[in-house]
Amino acid sequence: MKIFDFMKYKKLLFGISGVIIALGLVLMAVNGLNLGIDFTGGSSIQANIGKSFEISDIRAITDKFDKEAIVTYAGQNRDIALIKTKVALSVSQQGEVIQGFQDKFGIQQTNIQFETIGPTIGAELTKQALLALLLANLGVLIYISFRFEWKFGVAAIAALAHDILIMLVVYSITQIAINASFIAAILTIVGYSINDTIVVFDRIRENKRHLKKVEHKGLVNKSISETMARSINTSLTTLVTIFALYILGVPAIKDFALPLLVGILSGTYSSIFIASPIWVLLDKKHKLNGAH
Amino acid sequence: MKSKSLIVFLAIVLLISFFAYIAVYGLNIGKYEIVPVKNLIKLGLDLRGGATVLLQAKDNPNDPVNDEKMARAVATIRERIDALGVAEPVITRMGSDRIEVQLPEIQDPQRALDLIGQTAQLEFIEEETKQVILTGNDIKKASAERAPSGNGVGEAPVVSFELSPEGAKKFAAATERNIGKIIGIYLDEQPISLPTVQNVIPDGKGIITGSATMEEAGDLATLIRAGALPVEMETLSVTAVGPQLGANSFEQSITAGQIGILLVLLFMLFYYRLPGLVSDIALVLYTLIVLTILASIKATLTLPGIAGIILSIGMAVDANVIIFERIKEELRFGKTLRAAIDSGFRRAFITIIDSNITTLIAAVVLFYFGTGPIKGFAVTLSIGILSSMFTAIVITRYLLKLLVSTNLFKNLKLFGL
Repeated sequence: MKIFDFMKYKKLLFGISGVIIALGLVLMAVNGLNLGIDFTGGSSIQANIGKSFEISDIRAITDKFDKEAIVTYAGQNRDIALIKTKVALSVSQQGEVIQGFQDKFGIQQTNIQFETIGPTIGAELTKQALLALLLANLGVLIYISFRFEWKFGVAAIAALAHDILIMLVVYSITQIAINASFIAAILTIVGYSINDTIVVFDRIRENKRHLKKVEHKGLVNKSISETMARSINTSLTTLVTIFALYILGVPAIKDFALPLLVGILSGTYSSIFIASPIWVLLDKKHKLNGAH
Repeated sequence: MKSKSLIVFLAIVLLISFFAYIAVYGLNIGKYEIVPVKNLIKLGLDLRGGATVLLQAKDNPNDPVNDEKMARAVATIRERIDALGVAEPVITRMGSDRIEVQLPEIQDPQRALDLIGQTAQLEFIEEETKQVILTGNDIKKASAERAPSGNGVGEAPVVSFELSPEGAKKFAAATERNIGKIIGIYLDEQPISLPTVQNVIPDGKGIITGSATMEEAGDLATLIRAGALPVEMETLSVTAVGPQLGANSFEQSITAGQIGILLVLLFMLFYYRLPGLVSDIALVLYTLIVLTILASIKATLTLPGIAGIILSIGMAVDANVIIFERIKEELRFGKTLRAAIDSGFRRAFITIIDSNITTLIAAVVLFYFGTGPIKGFAVTLSIGILSSMFTAIVITRYLLKLLVSTNLFKNLKLFGL
């Protein structure tokens, strides 16, 4: 087994992640996040028109209710219209919009999907999302502290924070709407990344028992090298399945799959290059302080 | 011993293939019929089409929302929906003041939504004094009919009604003092008909004109029969998916899943060779187990749920990957094949448990906080994690040991070394 000196590049690796996240945060400050109707309230309509159409045709139907409505094309043949309004359409307004589609394009209600979310739900969802993230991280921290030691727990959470930030950057750059599925995507990556990190930590824990005399650097380099093939192969198999979803999926699934793709890459990267070096920093510092 | 192992191995493979065949195509022996597993799994409204409405009762300080009113509201909504003839509507109370209505496969969601959310307070109001004479509660029967239209040409849809004895008395008195004047009929304070009283109506029978179509008259009759909602309901969210659109989503996701699984199977076979073949068999079994569990706990499969399963397949091979990499390491140390497999599994075990439990924590949190389709995603992800641990630790191990004990596969190249 070849042992690669990862720790030598510790600063470079932290630097790369730092720069990506910093750039991302700047972009996020400029671009903002595209909060979807699940959070802001509003209506979204998907109409499978089945032939080419003009955005202006759609606007002619929707302008009456919301002049700021966002209309986009979807589908491989650009024959699907996606409409988002900031105004939550009432039941009868929805009826008028659907009637408009039926009159203009001759499509049936069976090819239309609409969703209206009131502002109350959005506020609740935001609260739920934050609480869910907090609890998931706390649960992970407690479990790792219990099974390993708290320094591993903190390092794992740092890697998770890294992944969550990267995913936020993806949402900001792509302007994919942040909806309920966003929570699912983030928590999936939290689950995936922590799984990855634990595999590396587990090896560190095991090697630590055998190699009492080896310093941190050697220990981490050896453990990472030994688990590298597994990390790469698992992310490959996972990426393959999500990529299939991304290529073949319907619009809602595409919006879910893209952040997941990036999240898995980030999760794999962070469990190798972020979590372990942070653990070393924590462990060294703690030992030095303890030596007094 | 050697040939016995091979026979057992082949028998297991045959058995798994047989179950896979039944799961996909079903089985029909005489009067016993096993339907394909996909027909047993309940699909969410995002895949079969349908409408979901979340209503919240508006609290009024003078007339607070209570349990009894909510129960009556549910009953009223149920009666209105039943009149539409929707198959399997699900009406659930959520929390203290919310009601969720699910209408699967409905073709005309708009009409249903119009019916569900209306308070439908029917009032007969004396035009002169603005006094309420009768309300919907006084009506005993209501039905849609055709009646000769006012101008005497053809017929028009109307709602004919019959009042309770008490209501009939009130109505008789009111018509008597309003001859030649208007008694307006209002639904939620909107006038639907403003007829002029021609003569006294003593028997409590009458008609309400003003409906444009029979369908409209039918809906009005339904609203009157079911009565007004005891509380005003606000629509918090509405989701409606056309059945055609849902079917498309389902097909596309299944295709994506099939291709994803196929690629994973090929990857494992080419990279890990003999153990890869074993993990492929375990992966087929894994997929069968997940689908069977989903069918037997009557979980609802949603679009994110399918994504969860597909994602879990990618992750399910992880446990196998951890084990196989360990075995390779042990082989490199010069251990014999059997010893390497034993210690590979033993050492990988703790890693697999620890890494999967942490993932499970995230899935459980998601289940607890998620609503609707997101909950479905958390369910399939959790089932996936547990099943993958089982197939990797138990099935892969057993099959791999069987294969090795046939003594047919001694070349370490077969183990990816």
